[in-house]
Amino acid sequence: MEITPSYYLVLAAMLFTIGAVGLLVRRNTLVMFMCVELMLNAANLTFVTFAKALDDIGGQVIVFFTLVVAAAEVAVGLAIIVAIFRRRQGVTADDIHALEG
Amino acid sequence: MDAHDLLELIWIIPALPAAGAVVLLLFGRRLGEPTAGWLATALMALAFVGSVVAFVALLGLDEEERAVVSQGYTWIEAGGFAVDLRFLVDPLSVTMILFVTGVGTLIHLYSIGYMHGDARFSRFFAYLNLFAASMLVLVLGNSFLVTFLGWEGVGLCSYLLISFWFERNTAAVAGKKAFITNRVGDFGFMLAMFLIFEKLGTLDYAALGDGAQAARGSATAIALLLFVGAVGKSAQLPLHVWLPDAMEGPTPVSALIHAATMVTAGVFLVARAHVFFEMSDAAATTVAWVGVITALFAATVALVQNDIKRVLAYSTISQLGYMFLALGVGAYGAALFHMVTHAFFKALLFLAAGSVIHGLHDEQDMRRMGGLRRYMPITGAVFVVGWLSIAGVFPFSGFWSKDEILAKVWFDGQYALWVLGTVTAFLTAFYMTRQLRLVFAEPARWRDGSTPPLVVSGGADDEPLAEAVPAHHAGAAGEPHESPWTMTLPLAALALLAATGGFLNLPFADEGFELLTEWLHPVFADVEEIHPTSFLAGTLLSLVALAIALTGIAAARALYRRGLEPDGTDPGVRRLGAAAPVLEHAYYLDDALAAGVAGPGRRAAAVLADDVDARGVDGAVNGVAAGFRVLSSGLRRIQTGYVRNYALGLVFGTVVLLAWFGTRGMW
Repeated sequence: MEITPSYYLVLAAMLFTIGAVGLLVRRNTLVMFMCVELMLNAANLTFVTFAKALDDIGGQVIVFFTLVVAAAEVAVGLAIIVAIFRRRQGVTADDIHALEG
Repeated sequence: MDAHDLLELIWIIPALPAAGAVVLLLFGRRLGEPTAGWLATALMALAFVGSVVAFVALLGLDEEERAVVSQGYTWIEAGGFAVDLRFLVDPLSVTMILFVTGVGTLIHLYSIGYMHGDARFSRFFAYLNLFAASMLVLVLGNSFLVTFLGWEGVGLCSYLLISFWFERNTAAVAGKKAFITNRVGDFGFMLAMFLIFEKLGTLDYAALGDGAQAARGSATAIALLLFVGAVGKSAQLPLHVWLPDAMEGPTPVSALIHAATMVTAGVFLVARAHVFFEMSDAAATTVAWVGVITALFAATVALVQNDIKRVLAYSTISQLGYMFLALGVGAYGAALFHMVTHAFFKALLFLAAGSVIHGLHDEQDMRRMGGLRRYMPITGAVFVVGWLSIAGVFPFSGFWSKDEILAKVWFDGQYALWVLGTVTAFLTAFYMTRQLRLVFAEPARWRDGSTPPLVVSGGADDEPLAEAVPAHHAGAAGEPHESPWTMTLPLAALALLAATGGFLNLPFADEGFELLTEWLHPVFADVEEIHPTSFLAGTLLSLVALAIALTGIAAARALYRRGLEPDGTDPGVRRLGAAAPVLEHAYYLDDALAAGVAGPGRRAAAVLADDVDARGVDGAVNGVAAGFRVLSSGLRRIQTGYVRNYALGLVFGTVVLLAWFGTRGMW
């Protein structure tokens, strides 16, 4: 059985959906954060797939950038979550709605 | 350096007081009193010297060449419209600058004494200098627009100086009134300029020669519109209402601006643009009739005024009426002659009145004066000169100039105008004699407190004029005193001029004594002169005028022999009976204007402010704001603060976008 780009794309779509649904249904900030990462990497997978299929190095280069930016974002995001955890017991997202209009 | 090169420097004359105004406005407070006053006076004196030089230089030219346009620069250029800022030096403008700077210097000197101790001493002189500069630009301008520049400048200075003591509400109101009333006249002036430009394509005075025939069709309209401007500036009916109220200003201002110079700008304008009045009989007739009716009207009102300055204010209106009468019959030389002599004797009378007010510690009601001859001998003596001059007694200046106007009117065949003018001459002699008797002759009434309360009538509001005068020279109310030399010296100089000014233009043309008319001849060369039918007729007319004047004086002397009646009433007012209140209120014209123009205007403003603005405009703005408040209070519920809501929104939006692009086939 030949592994065509479609397999990778379907996998990426599944990963993205799991991430998106997870973001919507989970209340734990840490899990939501992981869901975001899942979606991000689903997108990365798509990039790599197309780079290979279209024989264009650009897609892979973008993935490198995305990874670096994601790493920085994780550092900041985790720091925020830790800071919230210190102030209040637990990191349930619904408890944090001070910015409502 | 020949005369032309010298006259190129004419710009220095207005520049001197203009520089003085700038310096005094910037550094006046530091210069302080009396340095600021002396600086202003010195600059005016220099300007006068410059004017004399210009006069001599112009005399050195041939008569046909006596119209020198100085080099300038293009001030405004827009399409086919170009106005150069240039000065025109001709006999008319030189006559004007000579007496503006001459009388101006004397009044500046006088002001040093009069304004002594005022908190805004230097500011006063800055305004005076600014006024002089504007007036000089007005008379020297080479086009209607440059004249208009000065015209507006003197209007501004008039406003600033009338309301100089703005702490007093009446002064502030009078300043505004003068400014706004003048604005009506300015509107006429502007419309006239538009028409002239439309017809002639230029506003230069040089175009007013033969080329002005191109505007013959519109001559009446142009002339009448110019006359509207003149009526506003020169306080003729019906725009005279601001001048009596303008007496709220310091007395030197009344003398300089509201008697000698600014109010004659209208006369100057008509004389300068005489070509239009020559083309239109209707306009000239209007000018003559407005002039003579104003003269008569103001003279009757002056009969019963009690404020020393208000009498002189109405007298000024009346005398200006004479000038317009002369302009209307085409006797331009006579009009300018009267303008010059009037500047001398009316400035003298005003300054003498200021000296009286000063000496009596800000008393202005003639009913509380009397007997001042003994306490103020110099002021009394010069006032007598001014009185004889304005009453038209031989050989004082007013006799010659007023007689010339009336003679020209007679020889022009305008007998109705002549009768009205002669009646006015009688009234003039009468009210001036009344004033002299009440102020200077015994008995003194300033000591007893039994006089009626001082109420000034005919003004914007019946408030005592002399009340709440700023303490610019508050002294203990004691004996009246003579004024300092800075005040009496100008008085003496003006008295000399008022006494001898008539010799400028003696009515003996054949012997070459009509100096002023001869001098002005190049300007009015196109005007057909009015010649006396015979020397005998002229002499008879003069004798009639003299007899009229003496009758007026005698009548007033008889009536005011003992000053006021024992019970404090005015014998003249008693004789007039029911007519007196009408005259006192100046025929209620002021009130009529207030009711007829200001009333509807105020009501319209109230409607605009309360209904249109507060309800309409504000309502629209507030309505928009209220609508957005409702909208946003609904929309803010979307902002829940829950991350999952936002995430759902994102997903939902993405799905919608994908669906949109998918269905449109835009992959």
